[in-house]
Amino acid sequence: MARLTAENVQRARQLIGLYPQTRSALIPILHIAQEQDGWLTPDGMAHVADLLDLDPAEVYGTASFYDMFFTHRVGRHVVSVCTNLACLINGADELLEHAEARLGVAPGGTTADGEFTLEEVECIAFCGAAPCLTVNWRFFGNIGNDDFDRLVEDLADGRLADDVPPHGTLNRVRRQVGLMAGAPVAPGHDDDAKPPQASAT
Amino acid sequence: MITDAAPIVTARIGKPQSWTLRSYLDNGGYDGLRKALTMDPADIGQEVLTANLLGRGGAGFEAGKKWGMLRQAEPKYLVINGDESEPCTFKDHMLMEEDPHQIIEGTLICAYAIGATQAFIYVRGEFALGLERMSAALNEAYSFGAVGRNILGSGFSIDVVIHPGAGAYICGEETALIESLEGKRGYPRDKPPWFPAAMGLYKAPTIVNNVETMSNLPWIVLNGGQAFADLGIGRSAGTRLFSLSGHVERPANYEVEMAKTTFRDLIYDPKLGGGIRGDKQLKAFVPGGVSAPWFGPDQVDMALDQDAVGKAGSMLGSGSVVVMDDTTCMVRAAWRITRFFHRESCGQCTPCREGGGWLDKIMRRIELGQGREVDLDLLLDVCDNIAPGLGWPPQKTTICVLGPSIPSSIVSGIKMFRDEFLVHIKDGRCPFDRKAELSGRVEEALRPAGGAGSASALSSSGPPSMEGAFGAACGQRPMHGEDHELG
Repeated sequence: MARLTAENVQRARQLIGLYPQTRSALIPILHIAQEQDGWLTPDGMAHVADLLDLDPAEVYGTASFYDMFFTHRVGRHVVSVCTNLACLINGADELLEHAEARLGVAPGGTTADGEFTLEEVECIAFCGAAPCLTVNWRFFGNIGNDDFDRLVEDLADGRLADDVPPHGTLNRVRRQVGLMAGAPVAPGHDDDAKPPQASAT
Repeated sequence: MITDAAPIVTARIGKPQSWTLRSYLDNGGYDGLRKALTMDPADIGQEVLTANLLGRGGAGFEAGKKWGMLRQAEPKYLVINGDESEPCTFKDHMLMEEDPHQIIEGTLICAYAIGATQAFIYVRGEFALGLERMSAALNEAYSFGAVGRNILGSGFSIDVVIHPGAGAYICGEETALIESLEGKRGYPRDKPPWFPAAMGLYKAPTIVNNVETMSNLPWIVLNGGQAFADLGIGRSAGTRLFSLSGHVERPANYEVEMAKTTFRDLIYDPKLGGGIRGDKQLKAFVPGGVSAPWFGPDQVDMALDQDAVGKAGSMLGSGSVVVMDDTTCMVRAAWRITRFFHRESCGQCTPCREGGGWLDKIMRRIELGQGREVDLDLLLDVCDNIAPGLGWPPQKTTICVLGPSIPSSIVSGIKMFRDEFLVHIKDGRCPFDRKAELSGRVEEALRPAGGAGSASALSSSGPPSMEGAFGAACGQRPMHGEDHELG
């Protein structure tokens, strides 16, 4: 672990190819690093810095600005309970308190078995189903205490494995083509150039 | 009343597999792009001007006018803002999950109209399903020939890249979004000189438009700008998607005709919000995102009209309406909103970075029963330092508008519910929150967050002075992000 695997280096290089300037690929590549290890390890970030020809401090300083990037180890399931206004007035504080009791950790904490990290988050834009939460950024709405308990059991027993991939996996759909536009084409020109089929994430 | 205007951006939502190319093509998909590619790009810009399409992200600037301000130099970039993070706004989230092809089609129409070199769709990182649906749709669009080289045989070529964010409210601000897209921390840029239309992504002329704004373009191209302008009234043209949440029977996104529909319709109509839940009464509502000053029940008959709401001292903003009934503690509501802004401040400007923290701390002690009567004046004084004059729209003391938005909820709260603040202070407890007391949450919330070194965090006996707030740890409940925010 830690340094990116050969396959992930390949994905990173394809991402770099999508942008006019290399550094633009930093955040998408950090998502790949987090997908690989579940969090951003110091070695992983140093490797990303190498790939982008950046100072590791620049990578760390950018990663730590963003809430979704973890620079410490977290659980396989990160449970993010929203407590912003629409959820607050629909019982989010009570839900968070129940979650603390059920998991036995305060927000920011990880269960001893490494299965769950609990966090309190700002609005996740699912307010029609308040109170709501995400697990590894998969959305669950209208969550009462019983729903929460059932959800935790289903996650622990692997019953939601298809819907909720391990923490860090964000986008499971890979980009199928690189940049294709290239030089301008004359209108009406039958352009047979086949798209390069390299797969970039 | 609800008018019989047909939905524009939600027309396909609810159809089976609405996010797939198959479903999109079966329901008129990419016809707008096909037509646009036969038009002169300048004529598309003219149609959008005629349509009076106001940007749907929050600022409400005319989309056509924005395009007209683009500096003519190569390269030019188009950036679509799908970083929806204004609390209680969840419309773009739905559009990206349910009708991604419509956004891609609108993006291509816009790119053609402005002559963009490349387009980027910045999707809020937390929207995992939205990212997957947008990415799958883009792959389909490439295979179909609607994106890439020689689009639909027209000779027009452009690439589109889906770019994930990583969790930061500030990146919804267009210059912060550009910084983020360049792989940096989301720090807003000074305007001038950094108006994106003149100097945006990689210092090149850039148009930044919202996801819902783009979603309107296929319809406008197919039906003409005048048909859009015929809906609504004046500058508030067309339909608009409103995110309705809080204490209503049917919280959801509703697309309604602008200006002809009122807040009352949105909240109470059985086909829309369905009224307040239970036998409760409306106490107040947020008319356009938590940055907006609140409205009371006496303003419920106001039209969903950008200028009317502006004149009344608030804004339609991001189109999110939060309904609060008479069981809501307004101190807690205002505190929660203040805490949000404090947490999300990027930290560049002192009034926002420090002022937000001071306000958070004072609001917290009032809600937790440790407030003093002078705190109300202190709150207003700090607010006045962040947004001098406390008017709306607020005066800026900062690079972007996040800071000057912080006072909205506090000023609204004190103006509309001063007595409720005073009861908290006189009784030394929140009159609404028995459960918190019972569970010991109050004691825990009062505990300083940082342990050693945070002894100066709000102490229950400390003076309500600025000195007490300076440099102190925030003292709020620990939350994700804080422990590693500064490394």
